[in-house]
Amino acid sequence: MAGGIKKFVVGAFDDEKVLFPAVKNVRKSGYKIHDVYTPFPVHGLDHAMGLRETSIHTAGFIYGITGTSVALGFMSWIFTKDWPLNIGGKPHFALPAWIPITFELTVLFSAVGMVITFCWLCQMMPFVKKHHFHPRATDDLFVMAIECTDKTDDAEVQRFLKSEGAIEINVQHAESGWWFGFYNRQEKLYRDENEN
Amino acid sequence: MSLLKYESQQREPLVDGDKNYHQVTVDIIGTIEAKPTRLWYIGFWLSVVLLLIGVYSVYRVVDYGIGQWNLNKTIGWGWDITNFVWWIGIGHAGTLISAILLLFRQGWRTGVNRAAEAMTIFAVICAGQFPIWHMGRVWMGFFVLPYPNTRGPLWVNFNSPLLWDVFAISTYFTVSLLFWYAGLLPDLATVRDRAKTKLRKFMYGVASFGWTGSTKHWQRHESLSLVLAGLSTPLVLSVHTIVSFDFATSVIPGWHTTIFPPYFVAGAIFSGFAMVQTLLLIIRKVMNLQEYITIGHIDAMNKVIVLTGSIVGCAYLTELFVAWYSQNPYEWWAFRENRVNIFSPYGWSYALMMFCNVAAPQVFWIRKMRRNVTVTMFMSIIVNIGMWYERFVIIVTSIYRDFLPSSWSTYYSPSIYELGFYLGTFGLFFTCFFLFAKYFPVIAVAEIKAILKTSGENYKVKMTDIEKADTEKFYHEEVVHAH
Repeated sequence: MAGGIKKFVVGAFDDEKVLFPAVKNVRKSGYKIHDVYTPFPVHGLDHAMGLRETSIHTAGFIYGITGTSVALGFMSWIFTKDWPLNIGGKPHFALPAWIPITFELTVLFSAVGMVITFCWLCQMMPFVKKHHFHPRATDDLFVMAIECTDKTDDAEVQRFLKSEGAIEINVQHAESGWWFGFYNRQEKLYRDENEN
Repeated sequence: MSLLKYESQQREPLVDGDKNYHQVTVDIIGTIEAKPTRLWYIGFWLSVVLLLIGVYSVYRVVDYGIGQWNLNKTIGWGWDITNFVWWIGIGHAGTLISAILLLFRQGWRTGVNRAAEAMTIFAVICAGQFPIWHMGRVWMGFFVLPYPNTRGPLWVNFNSPLLWDVFAISTYFTVSLLFWYAGLLPDLATVRDRAKTKLRKFMYGVASFGWTGSTKHWQRHESLSLVLAGLSTPLVLSVHTIVSFDFATSVIPGWHTTIFPPYFVAGAIFSGFAMVQTLLLIIRKVMNLQEYITIGHIDAMNKVIVLTGSIVGCAYLTELFVAWYSQNPYEWWAFRENRVNIFSPYGWSYALMMFCNVAAPQVFWIRKMRRNVTVTMFMSIIVNIGMWYERFVIIVTSIYRDFLPSSWSTYYSPSIYELGFYLGTFGLFFTCFFLFAKYFPVIAVAEIKAILKTSGENYKVKMTDIEKADTEKFYHEEVVHAH
């Protein structure tokens, strides 16, 4: 639950054609984009936002070769050291016969490992809850959240987003990390400045 | 601008009608939010009745033993393994659509992949029932697991194709489930964010793992999907290859052939696509999704059916030729007497298989037939009957007359509990499928949105302007600015 409560200026766009120049210009003006939430993978948006390539496939490769080694090592140990069995007079070290299981375990380790890594990196799990800047971000809006520091003039950021073509703009205080919670309950994690 | 939204007019649209992103959400998620139709209830309860028949048949087998089935001296693998191979084969089309077509960048997979993947998972669950209950003493099922024990020869036999199968099927099930669920996460989040009732918010909140739609998460999700597709592609080929090893590594005439792996894989994809057709034709009608599962989709799948059907046909003929050419009297006898000879006890099943799998699908060379819903529905059922008979032919006709004529079996036909068990797996399959259609988005919403502006009908109309416009200008505006 890293993050803490921060202040964001949120702009919602209804067209990815408008979103792209907006992302470019926001970055050029020196504002810090917290994230852009989209209902589907918008190709090239990660590059436009200056995100680094993911290396999850490298993790997948490492899990895969782990599976290969576990399968081969395990079967060799069992059939040559732990309990050598005479099966139809074939050699104890029957490598060709072990290829299928070795392959299956390679795939299994790689797939399971990658999915767990994916969930870990994205902090995704049942009962994990995060702040959603706009309920339509999973429907038809592209929602850009700009993080404000003490020096940021949020009125100016709002004007800027307006000029970039955002159709809905507001300021939100929100927990930027995750917490355990239920989606059927409203949880207020911060106190508004206007309250008492 | 980095969005090159142009697709040739030669390609027919993948989404019909005047759609925008929100409309896609409403069309597909709306079916989850609405009360199920009368048709859904009828279908669901019918499936549950079938499932209960299966439960009773399995109960008989567990309580009284495998003697409840009509297996005999030579036919130790009858309907049970036939059904196992048939269901596993059906599963293969789902992975083909979701993984292989993803690698081949086939846009039309987006409309059908979710339902096809669900079909894979349910088909593998059904297939798994057969070897499990065939164990007889099912409470000893853990014997297949590789762990040191005190039951005589320690460990399991890693050189045995039957053990390879244990690994292959369980890996296939796990990976398909992960692939399917990873794809579902964003769509479940869409359902969650639209939910009005507390229960639905809670359930989909838990199920969607707190998905937000963050760009970084999408980037990882895309990479994950691609690698899982890359892994599933050889996996799906390996699974039916290993299933075919169960037969091919034995020395039974009719089984002992090297052609089995590719022949089984092609047959699996063939029968799987037929089942996808059956399911999707029902779904698009019942859930009113004709605009997402278009005639174009059906056409594309029928092309796969005619291709794989013809591969299977070639395999049948090759097998027959090699049986003769090998000069092996036992092999040739198995083919000539037990299969091709229509007057032999099971000759009819070979002829039926040839008709359903090789002759009948040839109608799909005609475009009009491929695009006809009634013909497709009829053919999908014919193909599935044919593919069931293929497994029946391979399994039963190879073993009902073995090397010792005195033990040749009399005519083998299933007992009522074998039949009930098979019907029961249909019940299980369709019960799962009806629940899936009610509680999960049957079409990948996010993936449809991603292709909407290139392949949606209303957007394609606008592309005629682009086609008329100056190429230089288009290149300058759309491509150069992208980088």
